[in-house]
Amino acid sequence: MNKKTVIEIWVGVFMALGLVALFFLAMQVSNLGTAYTGKTFDVNARFDNIGGLKVKAPVTIAGVEVGRVTGIRYDAEDFRAVVVMGIQEQYLGRIPEDSFAKILTAGLLGEQYIGLDPGGSLDTLANGSEIAVTQSALVLEEVVGQFIFGKAKEGT
Amino acid sequence: MIGHLAKLGGWGLQALTRLGRAHLLLLPMMRGLLDILRRPRLLLDQVFSVGVLTILIIAVAGLFVGMVLGLQGYYILSRFGGETALGLMVAASLVRELGPVLTALLFAGRAGSALTAEIGLMKATEQLSGLEMMAVNPEHRVLAPRFFAGFLSVPLLAALFSMLGVIGGWMVGGGMLGVDQGAFWNGMQNGIDFREDVINGVIKSVVFGFVCTWIAIFQGYDCVPTSEGVSRATTRTVVHSSLAVLGLDFVLTALMFS
Repeated sequence: MNKKTVIEIWVGVFMALGLVALFFLAMQVSNLGTAYTGKTFDVNARFDNIGGLKVKAPVTIAGVEVGRVTGIRYDAEDFRAVVVMGIQEQYLGRIPEDSFAKILTAGLLGEQYIGLDPGGSLDTLANGSEIAVTQSALVLEEVVGQFIFGKAKEGT
Repeated sequence: MIGHLAKLGGWGLQALTRLGRAHLLLLPMMRGLLDILRRPRLLLDQVFSVGVLTILIIAVAGLFVGMVLGLQGYYILSRFGGETALGLMVAASLVRELGPVLTALLFAGRAGSALTAEIGLMKATEQLSGLEMMAVNPEHRVLAPRFFAGFLSVPLLAALFSMLGVIGGWMVGGGMLGVDQGAFWNGMQNGIDFREDVINGVIKSVVFGFVCTWIAIFQGYDCVPTSEGVSRATTRTVVHSSLAVLGLDFVLTALMFS
């Protein structure tokens, strides 16, 4: 093998290594390998208080991710937050209409996410439908306030 | 008093003309792309000396930086019971900041200084004038392939650095300190966004590659053609590249992640 081919081989190895590293960063390190990129349908839910919920937070049923929060806005008509959830299309027609949506926290200080508890209705959630029963996020200050208030009542 | 003012003014004008010459150099180098397309061999040889020979230092540095991040991150995070966030911490700091920045700094020291010395010596021994006498444009033939080789190599080297850093952090965190493997990788994948983090890191390294190679080539081409001039130009390459990378990193971070 002459020197020319050796250089060519090394440059090829270098390029391949760099591209493998980029691929590794994309698939193994970032969310590109695990993210669901298929079709989704939108379901709305109104909450009194969403706490620290963010766009892209997971939506789960029984702890399994079935979708993501795609939008959060404030409805000035009834003073509540409207959360739009993109649910994976494979669950279209599988989630009862009277399901219960609540904002939960992963761990003590973790990220907030939405948990859906399936109801008993035979009608199912479709694109654009709204979940009627919701439970707001747990705000720590309110819980502490209630606790102190309760203690004060006990004392009198 | 007037004399001092004149000195300051002269220094300012000199700095501005240098900056102007550096920008004027970009145009012929871009035109040199046509020569490279006709003779890819020119680029190939330069990618070897600029990129391939830099792999070793990048790989070793990346691995050790990742291992240190794993150790230090574990020390802090375990105080709060948050060892499971170790993977996210290691990967985020590498992909966003340390990968592109440290790669550019190492590249300036390992390859940039060599480029300046080579071109400066070519100028001092009148090889560049010799090429011109033979009607070969040295800016197309000598400078452009080196410029594009550096521009192409730095993003690949930065990706390599980040990958090996993550592996180093995983070796220390998962292997030595016993952090849960699933939590390590899962936390990383949940926290790192492909567009937000990985692509922005790649854009950073492309900018750094451009700036570092440009400075190195300009300093070599613009040096005083004596042994002292070449040595000064080499020093300036490393100093200016490092400062430019660190300053630009702040600007880019403020633009991308604010």
